[in-house]
Amino acid sequence: MPEPLDAPLIELKDVRFGYGGRLVLDGLDLTVPRGQILAVMGGSGSGKTSLLGLLGGRNIALSGSVKVDGNEVGSLNGAKLYALRRRMGMLFQFGALFTDLSVFENVAFPYREQTDLPEAVIRDLVLLKLEAVGLRGAADLAPSQLSGGMARRVALARAIALDPMLMFYDEPFTGLDPISAGIIGRLIQRLNVAFGMTSLLVTHDVNETLRIADRIVVISEGRIVRDMTPQELRSSDDRFIRQFADGLPDGPVPFHYPASPYAGQLLGDHDVHA
Amino acid sequence: MTFMLDFLEGLGAAALRVLARLGLATGFFQAVLARAPGSAKRFGLLVREVYFSGVRSLAIIVVSGLFVGMVLAVQGYEVLQRFGSADALGSLVALSLVRELGPVVAALLFAGRAGSAVTAEIGLMRATEQLAAMDMMAVDPITRVVAPRFLAAVASLPILAVIFSSAGVIGAYLVGVELIGIDSGAFWSQMSASVDFRLDVLNGLFKALVFGVAVGLISVFEGYHAAPTAEGVAGATTRTVVISSLSVLTLDFILTVLMFRGLN
Repeated sequence: MPEPLDAPLIELKDVRFGYGGRLVLDGLDLTVPRGQILAVMGGSGSGKTSLLGLLGGRNIALSGSVKVDGNEVGSLNGAKLYALRRRMGMLFQFGALFTDLSVFENVAFPYREQTDLPEAVIRDLVLLKLEAVGLRGAADLAPSQLSGGMARRVALARAIALDPMLMFYDEPFTGLDPISAGIIGRLIQRLNVAFGMTSLLVTHDVNETLRIADRIVVISEGRIVRDMTPQELRSSDDRFIRQFADGLPDGPVPFHYPASPYAGQLLGDHDVHA
Repeated sequence: MTFMLDFLEGLGAAALRVLARLGLATGFFQAVLARAPGSAKRFGLLVREVYFSGVRSLAIIVVSGLFVGMVLAVQGYEVLQRFGSADALGSLVALSLVRELGPVVAALLFAGRAGSAVTAEIGLMRATEQLAAMDMMAVDPITRVVAPRFLAAVASLPILAVIFSSAGVIGAYLVGVELIGIDSGAFWSQMSASVDFRLDVLNGLFKALVFGVAVGLISVFEGYHAAPTAEGVAGATTRTVVISSLSVLTLDFILTVLMFRGLN
């Protein structure tokens, strides 16, 4: 039965997830309505990327419920999971373009694998998607000839090839110059409206996020600790938020990795690794 | 006493690691075999991989085969003429090549040239999230990337072994007949009289097929399970060459015993 249109697209309830004996997410709750651009922020290793893995069915939760468009992702078998993934797109941190294929063939890949469209139609669709990210002129280049920002735009064109209902962006701004980051940010916003998508960004970039997100959640210690609009974030005087938004090295989130007392280690203990 | 216990503990842990790895490889092999028919239907993918693994290995196979054949002719002639049977050079060379050297040396060269490349390629695809991207696009990386490379190895190696043996025979002819001066008719007739199609040629081909399965599986397995770092891919590539070579030599002994024991 199709989900009603006002039902949230993503619903996570009391999700626990971990690997290697470490609990990364512990009792996480999150609901995302359709059409929203949600930014998930948090320190490195806070479980942001694990969250994307859970939603895409690449990670399985230890307990709790992970629902996308009414489907319990963890319980889908191979064919059903792939059917759901065909309606999802993901932009990987460094694009993850296929290095043995040209720009054109990278964008054509989803059509060739998932559809029986004739070559002429595939060509038009690929050019349309490349035009949407401003890189129609780069169709014949190899991925190795692209700058970091261009590679990510090609990867974005590939990710939206099958017009997904839900887009994931894993650190879309990392390692980009401000102009390229701005272009990616505007594309995320524009595509979300143009294709009627819902977008979930995992990011550290406060500036870009404030510019494009409808809503920002912060993960810490395995759960959502803040949930606000960009306006609320800007005007917040919460110490935790200020440390995060202003990039302060020390604050509620400590600068130092837990260690034994410094003086004691320097003076008494000869074991450097203690 | 502590030393002994530590040693035993280390031994046990190593054995468990090897067993776990073997278990992983067996499961992976099953997954690849289950997907192979689907991949085989994608003929274009298969042709591309046969080109990269098989056709691009031709130069090293032909040149090595020629030299191995030439050396066999020199050494073989030196020994045979002591017994006055230099005419048997054709048989000696052909039997050595078809039964043993063709499949084994071709497999060793193939592991070094194509197997290592497949491992590095798949390992880097994993490290750069290309396999994850494919998986998120609802395209199974085992069907699309792994199985075609495995099938290409299985298809290429028997053909490469035949080409290696043929090049070896030509090399032996050049040295034995053209250089040393053995009678050309004796060379060929001895060869055709002593080489049995089923016993020698088919058995040799079967060996090459088994080596193709082993080298193909090891290459894709190591690549697919490589740690996504520079050291990870480097280590996996080395393991492919080392484990493939040892497997080929071990399998060759087992197959030879099974095929030729009790014949003479």
